[in-house]
Amino acid sequence: MTTDLRMPLHLLPADAESGTGSVPLLEAGQALTKKDFTSDQEVRWCPGCGDYAILAAVQGFLPELGLKRENIVFVSGIGCSSRFPYYLDTYGMHSIHGRAPAIATGLAATREDLSVWVVTGDGDALSIGGNHLIHALRRNVNLTILLFNNEIYGLTKGQYSPTSRVGQVTKSTPLGSLDTPFNPVSLALGAEASFVARTMDSDRQHLTSVLRAAAEHRGSALVEIYQNCPIFNDGVFDVLKDRTQAEARILHLVDGQEVAAGDRVVVRDDRGALSLVPRVEADPSRIVVHDVAAQDPSAAFALSRLDSPDLAHVPMGVFRDVARPTYDDALREQVASARTVEVTDADIDALLAGRDTWTVGG
Amino acid sequence: MSTKKVQRLDRVVIRFAGDSGDGMQLTGDRFTSQTALLGNDLSTLPNFPAEIRAPQGTLPGVSSFQLHFADHNVLTPGDAPDVLVAMNPAALKANLRDLPRGATIIVNTDEFTKRNLSKVGYAQSPVDDGSLESYHVHPVALTSIAVEALASFSDLTRKEKERAKNMFALGLLSWLYTRPMEGTEAFLKSKFADNPDILEANLTALHAGFNYGETTEDFAVSYEVAPAAMEPGTYRNVTGNVALSLGLVAAAHRARLPLFLGSYPITPASDILHTLAGLKRYGVATMQAEDEIAGVGAALGASFGGALGVTTTSGPGLALKAETIGLAVSLELPLVVCDIQRGGPSTGLPTKTEQADLLQALFGRNGESPVAVVAPSTPADCFDIAVEAVRIATTYRTPVIVLSDGYLANGSEPWRLPSTAALPDLSVEFASEPNAVNADGAPVFHPYQRDPETLARPWAIPGTAGLEHRIGGIEKADVTGNISYDPDNHDRMTRLRQAKIDGIAATIPPLEVEDPSGEAKVLVVGWGSTYGPIAAAVRLARGAGARVAQAHLRHLNPFPANTGEVLRRYDRVIVPEMNLGQLAMLLRAKYLVDARSHTSVRGLPFQAAELADVISQAVKEASA
Repeated sequence: MTTDLRMPLHLLPADAESGTGSVPLLEAGQALTKKDFTSDQEVRWCPGCGDYAILAAVQGFLPELGLKRENIVFVSGIGCSSRFPYYLDTYGMHSIHGRAPAIATGLAATREDLSVWVVTGDGDALSIGGNHLIHALRRNVNLTILLFNNEIYGLTKGQYSPTSRVGQVTKSTPLGSLDTPFNPVSLALGAEASFVARTMDSDRQHLTSVLRAAAEHRGSALVEIYQNCPIFNDGVFDVLKDRTQAEARILHLVDGQEVAAGDRVVVRDDRGALSLVPRVEADPSRIVVHDVAAQDPSAAFALSRLDSPDLAHVPMGVFRDVARPTYDDALREQVASARTVEVTDADIDALLAGRDTWTVGG
Repeated sequence: MSTKKVQRLDRVVIRFAGDSGDGMQLTGDRFTSQTALLGNDLSTLPNFPAEIRAPQGTLPGVSSFQLHFADHNVLTPGDAPDVLVAMNPAALKANLRDLPRGATIIVNTDEFTKRNLSKVGYAQSPVDDGSLESYHVHPVALTSIAVEALASFSDLTRKEKERAKNMFALGLLSWLYTRPMEGTEAFLKSKFADNPDILEANLTALHAGFNYGETTEDFAVSYEVAPAAMEPGTYRNVTGNVALSLGLVAAAHRARLPLFLGSYPITPASDILHTLAGLKRYGVATMQAEDEIAGVGAALGASFGGALGVTTTSGPGLALKAETIGLAVSLELPLVVCDIQRGGPSTGLPTKTEQADLLQALFGRNGESPVAVVAPSTPADCFDIAVEAVRIATTYRTPVIVLSDGYLANGSEPWRLPSTAALPDLSVEFASEPNAVNADGAPVFHPYQRDPETLARPWAIPGTAGLEHRIGGIEKADVTGNISYDPDNHDRMTRLRQAKIDGIAATIPPLEVEDPSGEAKVLVVGWGSTYGPIAAAVRLARGAGARVAQAHLRHLNPFPANTGEVLRRYDRVIVPEMNLGQLAMLLRAKYLVDARSHTSVRGLPFQAAELADVISQAVKEASA
């Protein structure tokens, strides 16, 4: 079969505002199940790894999109999380350390009919691949980026990562780590990300709802997923998983609703700084009502700064979800509007000739 | 009509030299175009500093453009200029040592001020002190005559008028060598379409220069160089970078694939990015990536999706791309990597030429990581080599590294235009159906089941139902492509990847030897951009009576199948290279022949005369 894959002659269909708007749907009456997205490969993460829950959630969620399975691609880097594509029966590429966003950008730019997902970890995305991550977000390439954050290097057996808390004792930091961690949400917002969310491996329902919003978003969607590493950083998010403690610690970000955890609410002071105060003491006019679509990212950024290192309070949910032009759509549009007719051999002949030619007679 | 005498010459080498801000590259470029349209054969050598504007009037700021044109076939930009146009004392000082006695020097005396002279260490003006007695010196007040010619342009500042001095010089040289100026007029009209004042000033200066030549008594004779006998056809002048860009577009067209370039700016490769960025109408998408790694990564991602993924760079960038090229070797996807080599190591000499990335291209990755490597031999050959690189990449599903260099990239020559329809048909077959059955008899897809002839694996692109599969950089099981840590499998896959690249030799032309005497005992073997200088040197040596054979490699990995047989036919093999002997090392290692290096890493191409001496000496020794 010879396939003509030239850059499209037509601009995007009108329904392309959705993240998957240009991806072919299953025929009417067809439906896929979780099983259709499960590959024949044996899953080889450590017993108890948070990745299992994320895999199950993703496999369970994908059928909901109603997309043709062959038009879904998962691209990963290196690390435990990056084995993810092997376990999904879609197209997939397990690439090299940190580079998945760059590779996925080239794929997304040339194939508007694909739903492209990036799976990465805190080391892969924020250390060796930091540059590619921020530039993918800045460009707003139509990618859904799942960043599994377990605050440790797992595959290399337990060194601290760029999200490890200061003072963490690991194999490479026997006296405690010295460097300040990244806050992935703050970083993404600073990199002009149009969609940023945080969720957790163990909360299937919340994770799925965030995946749904991320897939719906056209442009780069960064989803930070707190994920437990049972071997090298076990229990690091346990206080958020314990239902009795979680209620007081998790600030649920719900569009149009007050940002609150337990009996405390987030208030904004005169200078715009946010803090958590008991609801009974809060001035109702100062209580922050979440607006995911606010064009100005400073409110979302201020929320991201409410993280406390001891997880005393952590915002969860969608921080920001705004529409702005995507790099890959714009690139295709430039090509499509320049290329209004099929290119013929004669067109290429004229291109090669340029403007100044001369002829030597035979 | 000129009443002056017109003398006929068979060849001329002119060097325009001035400060970086004097517009010498543009002047040289325009003179070249005029010369090309006249039908002379030609070859050019731009030479400029890495700094955009070094301090004015200093030696590091000197920029030059050399053009060799003739009524016969030329192979190099010429060893030594017959004419030097020196726009200031620095340009004279920097270039004088390349000038043979008797050469003509046109100096812009306006710039030979005390201050400018002292900037380059001249105590007094060499134009006046007799030190240039053995040259034909034409002192011309280029700047002030140009400014004077523009006296009526009251809206222009003196500085703006002074800037037209390069057009004045171009006009003067156009008269001196009887070049038509219509092309330059059209060029200026399009360049300054939005600025009628500047346009008029440039046109006026151009004509003033021409008229100055005709009227001044300082120039008694003008010259003609007749058109060269060239193969019938339509020609244009082309630089290597433009030819390479056009080759990629034409090859993508013949492959019916969209071309995707992921690139990061780097000298001397950036012009390919610039050229391709302007060709969206041909379905070309270009992405200026955040770094070299992302450039090649995006190209590889595009290839995975069924596009023709290309990345362009120079040596330092190739180093950064190494890991991704290794991934492409493992994924067995098409990828074209163009390395426009420059002086190294590290930042090295960004604007100077060198061919010292050969071993990096062949071996600069972890593990056994074979890729195809090709190298163009002339600026126009950059077109053909691009087409060949695309052929190999798509047929064998492999990265192909193209080793051009700064000399080819910026140098130019007449190019006989090919017919697009006559280019090879490069259409690609994507996999569309399962290629195996599983134990239960159900159809399955094996991403690493190879074509028995080429050993290429299927190119199965996302969006193809039933072929969903996962690939990656971890070793894969032969055939199924599943992760495999099995020792025997790794051994087999390593050998298969190597065999696939070795097998390319079956589809490349044999190494041709040019030996008019048929009795040569000495063979000169080169690769890449040294073709012109080597061929010119061989021609000189033969003229002096030496029997010598020449062969030139365009395929560096694999070599043409007959390479060893060719090398063994000669008593002595000489390998001139602009590195410290990288090809010689490969030839010795692979074929056990006594290949001898002749090397130069001066950032400039070989000089034909110098190389001819080396060849003649070798011939003498071989027959002794």
